[in-house]
Amino acid sequence: MSDCCGPIATIDVPIEPRVAGRIRTVALVGPPNSGKSTLFNRLTGLRQKVANYPGVTVEQRMGRLNGIGRSDLILIDLPGIYGLDSYSEDARVAVEVLHGEMPGTPTPDAILLVLDSLQLRRQLMLAAPVLALGLPTLVLLNMSDLMEARGGQVDTLALAQELGVPVAKISATRGVGLDAVTHFLNRKAEPERSIAPAAGRIELPVMGNPRSYRQWAHGVSSRTKYKAPISNEWTKRIDGVLLHRIWGPLIFLVVVFAVFQVVFSIGQPLNDGLGDLLNAAGAKIGALIGHNWLESLLIDGVWRGVASVLVFLPQILLLFLFIGVLEDSGYLARAALIADRVMRSIGLNGKAFIPLLSAYACAVPAIMATRTIENKRDRFATILVAPFMTCSARLPIYMLMIAAFIPNKPILGDLFGLRAAVMLSLYVLGFVAALGTAWLLKSSILKASSAPFILELPQYRFPTVRSLGLRLMDRGKVFLRQAGTVILAVTIVLWILSHIPFHADLAGSLIGRLGQLIEPLIKPLGFNWKIGIGLLTSVMAREVIVGTLGTLYGADPATQSLGLQAALRHDLTLGGAMALVVFFAFAMQCTSTIAIVRRETNSWRWPALQFVYMSVLAYVAALVTNQVIVHFVR
Amino acid sequence: MVAIALLSDFGAEVADDFDLSGAWKLSLLSELPIGTVGVVESLDLPGEIQHHLMHMGFVPEARVMVVRRAPAGDPTVYSIDGFEVALRRDTAQAIRVREYETPNTR
Repeated sequence: MSDCCGPIATIDVPIEPRVAGRIRTVALVGPPNSGKSTLFNRLTGLRQKVANYPGVTVEQRMGRLNGIGRSDLILIDLPGIYGLDSYSEDARVAVEVLHGEMPGTPTPDAILLVLDSLQLRRQLMLAAPVLALGLPTLVLLNMSDLMEARGGQVDTLALAQELGVPVAKISATRGVGLDAVTHFLNRKAEPERSIAPAAGRIELPVMGNPRSYRQWAHGVSSRTKYKAPISNEWTKRIDGVLLHRIWGPLIFLVVVFAVFQVVFSIGQPLNDGLGDLLNAAGAKIGALIGHNWLESLLIDGVWRGVASVLVFLPQILLLFLFIGVLEDSGYLARAALIADRVMRSIGLNGKAFIPLLSAYACAVPAIMATRTIENKRDRFATILVAPFMTCSARLPIYMLMIAAFIPNKPILGDLFGLRAAVMLSLYVLGFVAALGTAWLLKSSILKASSAPFILELPQYRFPTVRSLGLRLMDRGKVFLRQAGTVILAVTIVLWILSHIPFHADLAGSLIGRLGQLIEPLIKPLGFNWKIGIGLLTSVMAREVIVGTLGTLYGADPATQSLGLQAALRHDLTLGGAMALVVFFAFAMQCTSTIAIVRRETNSWRWPALQFVYMSVLAYVAALVTNQVIVHFVR
Repeated sequence: MVAIALLSDFGAEVADDFDLSGAWKLSLLSELPIGTVGVVESLDLPGEIQHHLMHMGFVPEARVMVVRRAPAGDPTVYSIDGFEVALRRDTAQAIRVREYETPNTR
């Protein structure tokens, strides 16, 4: 097994550009962690189009090259890949795009290949298959400033001759050296070629063989006098503490607790504040329109409905700020490493920990954050269990029911009472359901033949304000687009259902009659038709049920909470009340989550399965709860 | 703390500067102690994972150094081609390496 010193297997590749003439579309190619996204943001500015490629869950990013004043050119950001063999969904997508076989994506006629110059020797492995495509290519050695500051070096001229394409040193985070991209694109727009390889033809390794790629890459890097930078001593020292046997897990817990605490103690008031602001604005606009059906549709229906989702925006952005800092600094990978052992015992991997934690605030950002999990089965399993975590939208109905039905009896002194105990058990209930579901999924439809966990540990870096800002904008836009489309549509449908026939009150409307129609179905759970209507309207968002019940019980908005509690006590048994909170612990009453699962899995199959599974589970659990309380508690 | 002190003696490219003239024995990557270097002999993993690892540099004749273990003892962090990657024990068990008995650190 020792042919390391034999001749490198090579084939000759003509490097004439495949497409003569003008460049319209440029593809950005690079391995994961090469700083590709930062460069993409630099080159395109803030206006990007983010969608999914058809039929797969890989994100498609396109933008015009506004960042360097070439808005006539389109830049496509391909997923981070190690090679062009179809070893993963990402790589398959990249190959299809580069060959112009991806429907809806323009065929690239030039390539920007980004390589991390800190690890050039390894990253050059990707250059071989990319250059073999024969497209005009510019190789960008990213983080050259860091490499040189740490004593590394490479002869770019020699590298350009070895590769037969121009090579430029850049720093995407600092925006240094990007004029090379402008030069390359201007020059390539002219028909004649201006960069000639040393020997007229370049030698590339046999395609599809990682081993020959590696030999070739090592050969090229030694011929171009590549000297890797002295490894980041800081990274090793920091890891010595953050991955220490005792300090590591301790710091991990502190970080987790701090994120949780801030998201709730700062995020919640921000949400509430935004909610008040939106309601006040709605009332002002309503006053302008006058008291008619249009006001009812626009303000009570659309505005209030969309506002009930918008209020989550501050908390979601705050969560993404934290996830962004953790990811960009390099700590997220360490957290995944620490959490892996525990997460593995429930059939998930360490990378699922942070998304699941985020789901305690809101399942929507949690599901968007699962993109860091490359393994598709693990990612889908995480998406499917995330809505079981007790999100903040469940709190209003929990608080209402607990305040109305559970006496404030102390259990462990004044600090921990019966109400707190019930609240805590609802959290535990959701968590246990998530564990059980994860286990069920991983041993059935998402069963994996093996559990690969390949985690690259990047060097520690300071996150830049710019990249954090872009991330927040990007995720915020995704969330708002959901609010603007799916949720708007559901809101209008719900409003129409609750206002037909005209002039009927809520109980007499279509949705009211539907609620009465399903009463026999929900009677065994201890629910009446009013709760039935609440369940139907809260398909939009969980907290909507409180408002619906308020309307139904005809309570004055000013004293709604007090009056509502008394009304509920008259109308419901303890069994029914507890069955209702258990129902909410399990049911997927959230249009935003359904919409985001649809987007992230790129199919209606998964959200449909999830909705049915969670609804059935919620029904059965609520039934058991009510029957147990009716028969065994006084 | 011993492991940390030992590691600070290595540079980024340690695995490539390693003196591999000494005696060696066949072993599994998962069995190597921290701070030692192994040379990859072969991989025996399902296609997709094997491909992924090979693209990351785990190819025959590549030198891998064991950097540290996660606080729970698993996964383990390895250094290859100047970057660090963590693998679970069951993955590392499928990678056969030549283990050199006396790592020559200086």
